[in-house]
Amino acid sequence: MFRTTEMVINMGPQHPSTHGVLRLLLRLDGETVVDSKPVIGYLHRGIEKLSESKTYVQITPLTDRLDYVASFSENLGYIGAVEKLLGIEVPPRANYIRVILAELQRIASHLVWLATHALDIGAMSVFLYCFREREEILDLFESFCGARLTYNAVRIGGLYQDLPEGWVEECRKFCELFPSRMKEYEDLLTINRIWLQRTIGIGVISAEDAINMGLSGPMLRGSGVKWDIRKAYPYATYRDFDFDVPIGKNGDTYDRYLIRLEEMRQSRRIILQALDHLPDGEIRAKVPRRIKPPKGEAYHSVEGPRGEMGFYLISDGSEKPYRVRFRSPNFVNLQSLPRLVEGHLVADIVAIIGTLDVVLGCVDR
Amino acid sequence: MLKNLLISVGIPAVQGVAVLLIVLLIVAYLTLLERKVIAFMQVRLGPRRVGPHGLLQPIADVIKLLIKEDITPKNADKFVFALAPILAVFPAIAAFAVIPFAGQPVEIFGIKIRPYLSDVNVGLLYLLAISSLGVFGIVLGGWASNSKYPMLGGLRSAAQMVSYEVPLGFSIIGVLMISQTASMVGIVEAQKNLGFWFFIPQIVGLFIYFVSGVAETNRTPFDLPEAENELVAGFHTEYSGMKFAFFFLAEYINMIVVGAIVTTLFLGGWLPPTSVFQRWIPFLGTVTPSLENFFPFLGPFGSMTTGIFWFATKTFFIIYLYLWLRATFPRYRYDRLMALGWKWLIPLSIVNVLATGAVIILLKSF
Repeated sequence: MFRTTEMVINMGPQHPSTHGVLRLLLRLDGETVVDSKPVIGYLHRGIEKLSESKTYVQITPLTDRLDYVASFSENLGYIGAVEKLLGIEVPPRANYIRVILAELQRIASHLVWLATHALDIGAMSVFLYCFREREEILDLFESFCGARLTYNAVRIGGLYQDLPEGWVEECRKFCELFPSRMKEYEDLLTINRIWLQRTIGIGVISAEDAINMGLSGPMLRGSGVKWDIRKAYPYATYRDFDFDVPIGKNGDTYDRYLIRLEEMRQSRRIILQALDHLPDGEIRAKVPRRIKPPKGEAYHSVEGPRGEMGFYLISDGSEKPYRVRFRSPNFVNLQSLPRLVEGHLVADIVAIIGTLDVVLGCVDR
Repeated sequence: MLKNLLISVGIPAVQGVAVLLIVLLIVAYLTLLERKVIAFMQVRLGPRRVGPHGLLQPIADVIKLLIKEDITPKNADKFVFALAPILAVFPAIAAFAVIPFAGQPVEIFGIKIRPYLSDVNVGLLYLLAISSLGVFGIVLGGWASNSKYPMLGGLRSAAQMVSYEVPLGFSIIGVLMISQTASMVGIVEAQKNLGFWFFIPQIVGLFIYFVSGVAETNRTPFDLPEAENELVAGFHTEYSGMKFAFFFLAEYINMIVVGAIVTTLFLGGWLPPTSVFQRWIPFLGTVTPSLENFFPFLGPFGSMTTGIFWFATKTFFIIYLYLWLRATFPRYRYDRLMALGWKWLIPLSIVNVLATGAVIILLKSF
């Protein structure tokens, strides 16, 4: 018979489709993946350790840089943990605005995912369409807090400032426009034969395996597990809103694609409800000038665009936390990669990395 | 003696150089067109900085490619590495030898000048033979780079060529059967004489030819040999400067060649659009002469330029389809592409040949 030789190939860290600095060590038989090993750490900045030398307030901008595609959600999660330590009650208006911004952030993050995922599979137009809509969301963020990527807008006990004048109308305008834009993406992809062939049955993971690996977010819900922190442990004011948690059946790339699209629709639904019932009042609770939480520990998690973002803090009663630990959904989801790509082709690897929606900044903390 | 030498060597040489220069100019501006058209579809502007509306961008690109450092990897096979881009470009340009741009010859000082380089009776066969040589450049380029991604790209290209050359060949047999000639000029004249363009009876053939043509030229959604998102840049990962430009050139020339062949075989070459329906709508007969010659006062020269105009318009339409496809479709997966070629296009093209034969026999027997 023919003798075949396996080839070891380095995909990344500087590869157009490894979403940052992921290095994937592949063993290929022809173009079929025999084995793969993700190598991480190229972006490591030691944020957790660094945080132990900062005050609670000083840590907030560091959390922006963890998952730089969803920095508002990171802010929200971290501040939530500090508020738990301090036992602070946040005013309702601030909580509503937090929800609006967190959901806008989810849409923006999913747009980056859809853009890059489609680009990985070769659909370039979708990439640019998604960035067009993301720009509008970034404009909203910019007019709220002046930043377009790392917002640093959540404060302990509330928010940096109230929404500027006209912001609510602009946000509503975006929400009205968004469904027609989503139709454009769907026209190009959802029933496109090539897209279906590239995503259905690719990177399948069962519900049981997904739970065992600790996956969360759309990666977990794609396999049919109905688990969403916003429903399971509602934070901010998620209890007040009516929204669905979409789940998949087959746990493949296509299911996860549909889920994220539906999540964008649901986020829009939440934003509109929050805008309709936005209460008046304070946007910041009374917070002591020097923040020194009592001795103790707190874990707070939020449903980020990529899954459960957890923040664990131990306080020794001083101004600085004794121990800081982040639970990154990217890091946990990434461990499923070798299993997902095994037996697939090189072309599928990029589709699978795309469906994981990894942000390496959050993997290499 | 001198006149004979001029007719047999001088004029073809001048024509050849003219065609080459024009093709190079078109390729340069095709890159701009592609960027502009795709930018339009993707709601952005495209190049605008160099010259008015970015019109000088292609010239800036050429200058950039010329002065860029030309790197050869240390462990590459240097000779083959340098040869491969030339091997890719040469067959692409050579294909223009048999493409008729218009029908009417022009007489200047008693010397007949035809609007094509040559009209050989095996023109179509020559095209098939020469166009399949281009893949050597890609495969050798991938291999000579001594790098893994280019190697994968080169192998993909070879497999792709094998899968698509067969349906490509079969798809044009229907045209051969109807026109009863393999001369490119003859095929267009057959369409004129029969009163219909061959895309009408050979719509399946046209579809198969176009799909295979896109696959042969490695364009989206079949751009697997370079597949930027999978293989970084595939076979030309290690190439830079002018060597890279040569691969680029070959790809774009091949696009024009496919457009020109589709035009000649299926869309009536230089014939005006009214010629499709003239047989059935007699009124069009009165319009046709003016569409066949926009400048009657120039005589045969006017007719030739009009022919070239129609030919270029149709070719441009096919090239536009290429760009449209690129802005619309995701990329095929390697094995799906092979499956499409072997399981669908080849059987379909064979059925098309059999059906065409059956219809011809039926029509002849009545």
